Amino acid sequence: MKKYFIIIYSLLFVAVSAIAQDDVYPAKDFKGVLIITNATIHVGNGQVIENGTIKVENGKIIQVGQNISADNGAKVVDAKGKQVYPGLILPVTDLGLKEIANGVRGSNDYSELGDFNPSVRSIVAYNTDSKIIGTLRANGILLASVTPQGGTISGSSSVVQLDAWNYEDAAYKMDGAIHLNMPTFISRPNRFAIFFGLPVDHTDPTQKALEKIDEIKSFFREAQAYYNEASHKETNLKFEAVKGLFSKKQKLFVHCDQVKQMLVAIDFVKEFGFDVVIVGGSESFQIAPLLKQNNIAVILQQEHELPATEDDDVDQPYKTPFQLQQAGVLFALNDEHDESRYRNLMFNAGTAAAYGLTKEQALQAITLNSAKILGIDDRTGSIEVGKDANIVISDGDILDMRTSIITNAFIQGREVSLENKQTQLYQRYMYKYGLK
Amino acid sequence: MSAFKLHPPGRVLLLLPGFMLLFLFAKSQVTFPVNGIADPRLNIYAFTNATIVKDGQTTLQNATLVIREGKIVAVGANVEVPKDAVIINCSGKYIYPSFIDIYSDYGVATPERQRNGFDFRAPAQFNSNTKGAYNWNQAIKPEVDAYKLFATDDAKAKPLRESGFGTVLTHEKDGIARGTGVVVTLADEKENLVIVKEKASAHYSLSKGVSTQSYPSSMMGVIALLRQTYLDAQWYKSKPAKEGVNISLQAWLDNQNLPQIFDANDKWNDLRADRIGDEFGVQYIIKGGGNEYQRIDDIAATKATYILALNYPQAQDVEDPNDARFVSLADMKHWELAPTNPAAFEKANIPFCLTAADLKDVKQFLPSLRKAFEYGLSEAKAFDALTKTPATLLGVYDKVGSLDAGKLANFLITTGPVFNEKTIILQNWVQGEKYGVKEEDWNDIKGTYTLTVTSTSGSSTYTLDVKSDNSADVISNDTLTTRFSYDGKLVKLSFSSPAPKRGGAPHEGGEQPHGRFGGMRGGASFRLSGTVNGNVWNGNGEDSAGNNLIWTAAFVKAPAAGTDSTKKKFPPRVGKVLYPFDGYGWEEMPKQENLLIKNATVWTNEAEGRLENTDVLVKNGKIAQIGKNLSDATAKVIDGTGKYLTPGIIDEHSHIAAASINEGAQSVTSEVRIGDNLNPDDINIYRQLSGGVTSSHILHGSANTIGGQTQLIKLRWGVDDEGLKFKNWDPFIKFALGENVKRTTSNNNNRFPDTRMGVEEVLADAFSRAKDYENEWKLAEANNKKKGATPMVVRRDLELDALVEILNKKRFITCHSYVQSEITALMRVGDKYGFKVNTFTHILEGYKVADKMKEEGANASTFSDWWAYKTEVQDAIAYNATIMQKMGLNVCINSDDAEQARRLNQEAAKSVKYGGMSEDDAFKMVTLNPAKALHVADRVGSIKVGKDADLVLWSDNPLSIYAKALKTIVDGIVYYDVDHDEAMRKYISQERNRLIQKMIAEKKSGGSVMPARPSFQVILSCGDHDHHDGLITIDVSDEVNTNTNK
Repeated sequence: MKKYFIIIYSLLFVAVSAIAQDDVYPAKDFKGVLIITNATIHVGNGQVIENGTIKVENGKIIQVGQNISADNGAKVVDAKGKQVYPGLILPVTDLGLKEIANGVRGSNDYSELGDFNPSVRSIVAYNTDSKIIGTLRANGILLASVTPQGGTISGSSSVVQLDAWNYEDAAYKMDGAIHLNMPTFISRPNRFAIFFGLPVDHTDPTQKALEKIDEIKSFFREAQAYYNEASHKETNLKFEAVKGLFSKKQKLFVHCDQVKQMLVAIDFVKEFGFDVVIVGGSESFQIAPLLKQNNIAVILQQEHELPATEDDDVDQPYKTPFQLQQAGVLFALNDEHDESRYRNLMFNAGTAAAYGLTKEQALQAITLNSAKILGIDDRTGSIEVGKDANIVISDGDILDMRTSIITNAFIQGREVSLENKQTQLYQRYMYKYGLK
Repeated sequence: MSAFKLHPPGRVLLLLPGFMLLFLFAKSQVTFPVNGIADPRLNIYAFTNATIVKDGQTTLQNATLVIREGKIVAVGANVEVPKDAVIINCSGKYIYPSFIDIYSDYGVATPERQRNGFDFRAPAQFNSNTKGAYNWNQAIKPEVDAYKLFATDDAKAKPLRESGFGTVLTHEKDGIARGTGVVVTLADEKENLVIVKEKASAHYSLSKGVSTQSYPSSMMGVIALLRQTYLDAQWYKSKPAKEGVNISLQAWLDNQNLPQIFDANDKWNDLRADRIGDEFGVQYIIKGGGNEYQRIDDIAATKATYILALNYPQAQDVEDPNDARFVSLADMKHWELAPTNPAAFEKANIPFCLTAADLKDVKQFLPSLRKAFEYGLSEAKAFDALTKTPATLLGVYDKVGSLDAGKLANFLITTGPVFNEKTIILQNWVQGEKYGVKEEDWNDIKGTYTLTVTSTSGSSTYTLDVKSDNSADVISNDTLTTRFSYDGKLVKLSFSSPAPKRGGAPHEGGEQPHGRFGGMRGGASFRLSGTVNGNVWNGNGEDSAGNNLIWTAAFVKAPAAGTDSTKKKFPPRVGKVLYPFDGYGWEEMPKQENLLIKNATVWTNEAEGRLENTDVLVKNGKIAQIGKNLSDATAKVIDGTGKYLTPGIIDEHSHIAAASINEGAQSVTSEVRIGDNLNPDDINIYRQLSGGVTSSHILHGSANTIGGQTQLIKLRWGVDDEGLKFKNWDPFIKFALGENVKRTTSNNNNRFPDTRMGVEEVLADAFSRAKDYENEWKLAEANNKKKGATPMVVRRDLELDALVEILNKKRFITCHSYVQSEITALMRVGDKYGFKVNTFTHILEGYKVADKMKEEGANASTFSDWWAYKTEVQDAIAYNATIMQKMGLNVCINSDDAEQARRLNQEAAKSVKYGGMSEDDAFKMVTLNPAKALHVADRVGSIKVGKDADLVLWSDNPLSIYAKALKTIVDGIVYYDVDHDEAMRKYISQERNRLIQKMIAEKKSGGSVMPARPSFQVILSCGDHDHHDGLITIDVSDEVNTNTNK
C-alpha cells in the first residue's frame, strides 16, 4: 500500500503548485527518441512482452521487444515493475460536447434539432478545455470518438486525442462514422402514467418502427443515387455528408439494443453494403453468430448495467463480452456512465475479464478492437512498430481499481500531464488541512 | 349442497297464458302525480314446483315462492298459493336469491381525469381546487354520498342482471377517501325506489384519482395523508376554533360507524391498508388485487374480509421469441395462477365476497367464476360470497341475500344449478319485477318431433330434430338443408334438398331450382311458420310452387342428456408459488443453519485485521466463534480454502425495495415513511445479494428539503415487508439540500425554496414550528392534569412529530448535500435549534468542510467518483473519501443506484487508487463504517463473536474487480449461493419455456390472447441522476418534477 502513496504524492507535488489554477497545459511536440524500458508490455493484441523495451522516434513506435539498445540522448523512462499499455480509447462519447450533464443547457452541445442530420459534425463543437478530459487522461484514456446524439441520423463523429489546445489539434480522424438511431420495437410506458395509474399505451410500436425504417432506407437510396452521379444542379448537404458510407470511407454506427433493431441493421448491410457497427448491443449476445456471419462489429455501451429482464442471469451484462468473444464477433467496450463521466472505461473491461475474458482480451476490447472499429488501427490501438506512441504506464493491473494507478501517459510520443481539476482540488485541500 | 350438483336440464313444455307479456307499467311513487288512468298493481306471483335454493344451507324441492308488492311473502314446500296470485309453474326450474356485487360503480359515474388535464411539468398545486368548506386535500372527500349521485342506468344494469346480480353496493370510485356507498337494486325503476340502504359503507383507496393537487405524489404520501386525516378527525371532535367548519372531517367522523371498505388492489397494498386500520382501530374490508395467493399467509393474518375480482390476466402472444423474451416469468406465472386466487382464500379460511368489478366485460363474470371452480373454489363458497357474505357485511341481510319472507323479491329462475356451464338464467326478478334474460329457453324445445305437412295434395311426414333455438334438422331419407329459428314463442322452419350443383343443371323431373332454398328432389321446398304450444307445434306455410299448407310437429323424445363440461376437466396443473413472486424466488424459504466456514482468509474489520486460514462458526444466526481448527457437530461445513470471508456490505444510501421513494409535493414531508411501502418482490434485492450486500438503508429521495423517514432493511430475499426491516434500529430521516430541493432544472418552479437561501429558511421554519408544537403539547399535558381545567386539545401533527423526535435525539438525520455552503448552513440551523446532523450523504464537497463536519461529529457517506452531472457537483473529486477519512471522519461509500450497489466493494477500492487509502480502511467504508453511521455497529459491520452472521464468502480479495460473492449470508441464512443461483437459472429457463408453450397452446386452441407485453421494471432513484438501466426498465426519479433529459 505504501508504495502507491509515495508514487502518487511525488507526482502530484512535482506537477502542481499547492494552489489550484487552470495551469494544466497540453504537452509540446516531442522530437527525438523516447525509450521505455524494463516494462511488462501489454501489446493490445493479446501479446505480453515481459521485461521489454519500446523505442519511439518523432512520435512513432519504431521498435518493440526485448534486447533493444539504448540511444544516446534519448529520453528514457524506466518502467521497472510496471505495466505498459496502449492508450485506452473511448469509442462513443459526448466528451467535450457536454460539460454539465443536467440543468445547464448552455454547457451542452451534443444534440441538434431535426431528424436527419448527417451533415452535422461533432468535431466543430468539441471543447478541448472541458474539465472532464483531464480526468480521463489521468486514467490512461488517451483517445475518444466524439459523437453527436439526437434525431434519427445524428451526424458524424470524429476521433480526438485528449491533449490539445483546440479541436483542430485534437482531431485524430474526422467524420469517420455516421450515427443512426434505430427506431424502437418496444414502446416504453410513460413512467408517470405508471405511477399515477393512468391508462398505459400498449399499442404495438412495430408498425411505427417499420415506417421509420422505410423512411431511413429511402433516404439512403436517394443518397446512393446522388452518390452515383458526380454533378448536381442542386447540392444536397445531407447526401454529400454520407458519400463516405458508399465509398467505405465511413462506417454506419447504428445505435440499438433490441434484437429486432439489430436484425434491421444487418439488413442495411445487405442492401447498401455499408460497414455497420452496432452501438449499444445489450442484447447482442442473443444473435452473436448472426452478427459474426454478417461481419458486424459491436460497441457495448455500458458493462456495468443491470440485466435487461428480471429473469436474466444476474451477471448477464458482465458476461456479454465473453459471449461475443466466443462467437468471434469484433467488439469494443465503452463507458457512458454519466455520473462518473467515462473515466471507468478500464474497469468495464476488468469486469469483462472477471466474467470470462482473459485480461489481454479485455484490454484489447478497449484498445485495438476500438481502433479497428473506429478505423484508426493503422495508427493506434496497440504497441506495435509504425503506430503512434500512444502509451500508458500503470503501477499495476490497469483493469483493477486497486492497482490501476497511472504514472505516465504519452500521446504521439509527448508525455502528457496527468494533472486535472480533481488532482488540483485534492492538493488545495491537502494544503488547507496540512495533510500529507 | 344438492342445488349445486349436476342435474340434467329439466323439461317443461307447459306455457302459461300471458306469461310472455312485458310489464308495460312501471311502479310509481305515491308522491308522483299520474298523467292518465292510474294502473296500480300488486305484482302478486306464486312460483310453484321449483327447486328453491333459499340460501347456502337450504334447498327446497318442489317448493313454492310467493311474492307481493316487490317482497317475498312465503317460501316453502307447503305454501298456500293466494287466490290473487299469478301462478308460474316452475317445474324443473331452480330459483336462487340473486347475487350481490359489493364493489360496483353502477349508476355512479367515476370521474375521469381530463385528457391532458394533469401536466407533470406544471407548477405545483398546493391546495384543493374544490370550492367550499371542505378538506385541505382534494383527494379526501368523505362527504361524497353515492346515494345522492346515484341514477338508474338500465344499460349498465342489464348485463349485471344477466350475470345473476340483483343488488349492488355502488360508490364513486375516486379519491383516497371516497365517501359513502349506497346499496341499490338493479331494478329499472325510479331511483327513490331502488335504494335499499342510503349509507351502507365508507370507501377508501391508495389512489388519489382525479385530484389535481400535488400532494400526495407517492404511495407513502397517501398512507401518511390517511393517517393524518384520522388524527385530524379525532381532533375535529373538539370543534377547534382554528379549523372552523370542515364538512369533510365531519363526514369522516360520521362515516366511521359504517363498514369501511378499502380498495387496496394488490397483495402488498392489502397489508399496507390493514396496518393503517390497525393503527386507528378499524378493520377494513379489503378489495384485493387478484395476486393475494402469492402471500396468502400474510393476507390471512390481516383478519380482514376480502372482495375479490375475477379479472384474470389474458394469455399473451409469445410465439415470437423476441417478444416472449420481455415477458417475465412472474407475469406468466401470474397468468397461470390467478384463477387459483379465490380457492386460495377458501383454503386459508379467509372470508371473501366476489365482485364483477374490474372485468372488461361483465359477461365474463360467470365464465371467470367457473374457471375459479376449475382451480379449486367450491360452488358453495362462491354462492355465499355472492349472497350472504356481502349482505351481512353491509347490514342488509334482512333485505337481500336469501329467499326468506320479508326480503326483497330478488331472485333468479334458472334451468339448473346456477353455476353449471349449461345452466341458463331465464329470468332475473328484481323487487318483484321480472327481467327476462333468456326467456326463450324457458321451454326446452330440444328433441325430436314428428313433422307432418299437409297440403291439398296430401300429407308427408318427416322427423324434426331440434338441436337449439336456431338449429334443427329435417330428416326425410337424408338430412335436408334446414333453417330453423325459435324465439320463445314463434317458430320458423324451412327445408329443402341440398343446393343444386354449380351451373344450375336441371333437376331430375325437370323442375328448376328456385327461391331461397332451391328445389327438392322430386318435390317442392317448404317454408313454415307457427307457434310453439307445449308438446304440439302448429302453423301454416307455403311450398316452392306457392301452394298453401298447414303443419304440425309432435314431440317424440328428448335428446340424450349431456354432461357438464366443467366437470369433465381434470384439475389444471399449475406451477408453484415462489417467494418472492419472481423467477429467482424460493419454492421453500431457506432455513437458518449452524455454519462452519473453514480455512478462509477472514477480514474481520476488528483490531486483529485479516486472519489467514481461519474458521468462523455461525450458530443461531450469530457469529459464535472465530479461530483455527474449530469444529461443531451441528454445523454445516463450508470450505473457505483460498477464499475470503468478510462482513456483509451495508449500503448507506439505497432506493431499492420500495413502492415509492419521493414525496416531493411539499418541501417538508417528514410524515412519510419508506417503511410503509416496502416492496419485497424487487429483484434488485437478489441482485445485490449477489454482490455481497446484506443491509441497505432505504432513503426517501431528494425532492424536498425535509424528506421522509427512512428504513434500514436486511436483504432477506423472500420474506414479507415487515420481515425485511432491520429490527431495533434508531430511526432516521432524510433531508436534502441544493439543486434537487430548489428544482434547478424546472422552468416553472413555484414551490418554496428556489435558492439555497430559501432552503435554509425551510429548515429554520420547520424546526421553529416543531419547537412551538412541542411546547404546546407540554402546556396541554400540564393543563390537562389540573383538576377542573378546561381540557386543551392539540392537533397531533405527524410531520412535526418526526421533527420533535429529531430534537429529542430519537430520530437521526441523513442529509443529501453537496456544496460547502449548504453543509455549513444546515449545521448552523442545527446549532440554533438543538440538533446534530448524523450523516451527510453524497457530500461531494465534504472535503472542503471536513474540519467542520468533524466538529459536528457527523458521518460522511459519499460516492467514490461521481461528478459533473450537475452544477453543484462540478468540484466533486474522487479524493473526497480519502481526505475526509484523513480528517478523522467516519466515511462510507454508498450506491444510490441499484446497479452500483452490486459492486460497492469495487467502489470502495477506488479510494485505494485515489488517495492511497489502505485496503482495510477502504473495505470498512462499505461495511463497518456504515454500520457505525447507522448506529448498528454493535450487531453488524465486522466479524466478531456475538454479532449477526451477515457474511460474504468471496472468490478473491474483496476489493478486487475480479472478486465474486460465492455465498451471501444474512442472520446465518444463505440467501445467495452461486451454485443455487446456477440451479435457479436452469429452473427459470425451463419454467419460462413451459409457460410459453402453454400460452402458445392457448392461442392455438383459439383462446383469446393479447400482444406480448414487456414486463417493465420500475427503478426508483433519488432524483439525482439519470441512470439508464436497460431496455425494459423505467427510471423514476422525482415523480412530480421531471428533471431529466432522457
